[in-house]
Amino acid sequence: MDWGKIALNLLMSLAGLVVALLLGALMLLALKVDPLKAYAALVEGAVGSTFGLTQSLVKATPLLLVGSGICIAFRANVVNIGGEGQIIAGALAGSSIPLAMPGLPGWVLIPLTCLGGFLAGSAWGFLPGILKARLRVNEILSTIMMNAIALQLMNLLLQGPLMDPEGIAKGTFLAQSAQLPKSVWLPRLVPQTLLHAGLIVALVLAFVAYALLWKTTIGFKIRAVGLNPSASRYSGINVPLYEALALTLAGGFSGLAGSIEVIGVQHRLMEGLTSGYGFTGIVAALLGGLHPIGLIPASVVFGGLLVGADKMQRSVQVPSALVTAMLGLIVLFVSGASLWAARWSRRRASGRAIESLARDEAESSAHGAGASAYGAGAEE
Amino acid sequence: MKVFSLEVLAGILNTTVGLATPFLYAALGETFAQTAGVVNLGVDGIMLLSAFAAFYAALTTGSLWLGLLAAVLVGLAMGLLMSLVSVTLKAEQGVSGIGLYMFGMGMSSLLFKVLIGTVKTIEGFKPISIPLLADIPFFGPVLFSHDILAYGAFLLVPASWWLLEKTGLGIRLKAVGHNPAAADSVGISVDRVRYLAVCIGAALAGVAGASLSIAQLDLFQDNLTAGQGFIAVALVYFGGWRPAGVLAGALVFSVANSFQLWMQVLGAKVPPSLAVMFPYVLTILALTVARNRARQPAALNKPFERGE
Repeated sequence: MDWGKIALNLLMSLAGLVVALLLGALMLLALKVDPLKAYAALVEGAVGSTFGLTQSLVKATPLLLVGSGICIAFRANVVNIGGEGQIIAGALAGSSIPLAMPGLPGWVLIPLTCLGGFLAGSAWGFLPGILKARLRVNEILSTIMMNAIALQLMNLLLQGPLMDPEGIAKGTFLAQSAQLPKSVWLPRLVPQTLLHAGLIVALVLAFVAYALLWKTTIGFKIRAVGLNPSASRYSGINVPLYEALALTLAGGFSGLAGSIEVIGVQHRLMEGLTSGYGFTGIVAALLGGLHPIGLIPASVVFGGLLVGADKMQRSVQVPSALVTAMLGLIVLFVSGASLWAARWSRRRASGRAIESLARDEAESSAHGAGASAYGAGAEE
Repeated sequence: MKVFSLEVLAGILNTTVGLATPFLYAALGETFAQTAGVVNLGVDGIMLLSAFAAFYAALTTGSLWLGLLAAVLVGLAMGLLMSLVSVTLKAEQGVSGIGLYMFGMGMSSLLFKVLIGTVKTIEGFKPISIPLLADIPFFGPVLFSHDILAYGAFLLVPASWWLLEKTGLGIRLKAVGHNPAAADSVGISVDRVRYLAVCIGAALAGVAGASLSIAQLDLFQDNLTAGQGFIAVALVYFGGWRPAGVLAGALVFSVANSFQLWMQVLGAKVPPSLAVMFPYVLTILALTVARNRARQPAALNKPFERGE
């Protein structure tokens, strides 16, 4: 691990955040709102009370899951804009499974639901992945289209087979599913709040994503493909396969975020459940240096930002859309600054990556295992 | 009204022309940017903020032309921002485009809530019947009774072709898109040409936004475009970076969409969400069957640095 590089990434991320906050302050001034007052409300909303603090962590949970997937995809140089659709796919599975099998005990139903969410999200990532691998269809565009398709699929199901029978009986016809059986509800970590065990799952999975990327052969190949596709191809890696795999895994993480959101927070499927996490997760991943461990603090910051924005809207009447605009600026700056820095070090690293791949090859034929050569060269 | 009558067919085709208008502006604009090697994925964000600017300017000044001007200026400003990040700072274009999209989406929603508040409507550009031509049975109503922006969109197709194929500017755009190092070596400023291409594209995306808010829907609301800008980007790939191909894509796409809308109006028993889903499925299929990759600018999506 290159500590100098981590420090550089951290500095870039903080700089991006500060610049966006300053520009946000200018926008607030233009709206004739005192920026200090607005930001004070934002901070107070995010961390000023136990409930605010737990809400920030509740929102950090899906960001961490989605972001971990984004990190995997980006490492293979695949841009996954499909988080929103993958969350919805996961949420559809996460609500259909418990509704179909309400009699199962929680210790069976919860893992089953999570697995279903992961697989549904994976499927939503696999399709653009395989289209990219086989037909070179641009994954950015296909994942965006998959978002819209998932959204309409959810609307269709909420208007039809998944609609709450109670709503139909009462004649309200709300676009939401019936409440899920209590056995599938995730336990609360702090009583009287919405903070649920999904946070622990998300934290564990961030470490799993890190281990996958840096401690396994699959992860090594994913990163090699992202660092230098042509060198990877020459050393015998099936580049399209690993691109598709990265997108499928990213979809799985987002899908899991969707199912956990359903069984942890809402306890039913309802419209608007993604809350833009698919996009905010990208921002968090970028600010976390595209590293699942760096992502952990970034997710908490952005979870807090989302909660604080609601408070700001209530107390100083600044629409929370301000935060969306600021997130956009952060992405612009961070992509303009830190990816530039990354490209410099990538160029230095790509030469060494080829060497280490060759070493990997040599050792795998020698020992038959081939998982030992994580050359320092490919360490990002 | 019978479902399969000449009037319905004329109606579907007339709606098609209207629906194709924003796609044409946005996708032809994006064709310029991509020909020069820059993927501007933030088209949807530009359309949103421009649509708002056009609507707000028209609402407050009462002049639709000032509205259009406001949209173009906002488009240019966002084009400069995109160029700064993607050309000068050499950002990963897929990511910076998403940033631009989020900025446009958040900003348009913020300004709408602060400056207007509730959904209002205005009198937008009116259809202009072209004398004599509009009287041709069937084709008259379909082709010659649209607003000025729709006519402009279709005239932009040959204009873009001419600009790309017959002018020095077109050659320079292609040079920096296909082989920036070679262009650089003969003294063409790669960055300057790319700035120009992105800004032309962004200004046209601005017109696309205006065509929605002050010519077709005559209102503004949150997320007015509903992802049309992204579809426009897809149309460029589908159209093989050629104006005629973009036109074909925009028409196929819009005729399908128009058919879907008319079926709803005529009371066909298709769930609305399924109908809304249809164009997106069509886009993925279109991207799948597009076989124009040989025409893809070789340096597409690749920032240029000297000495690589």
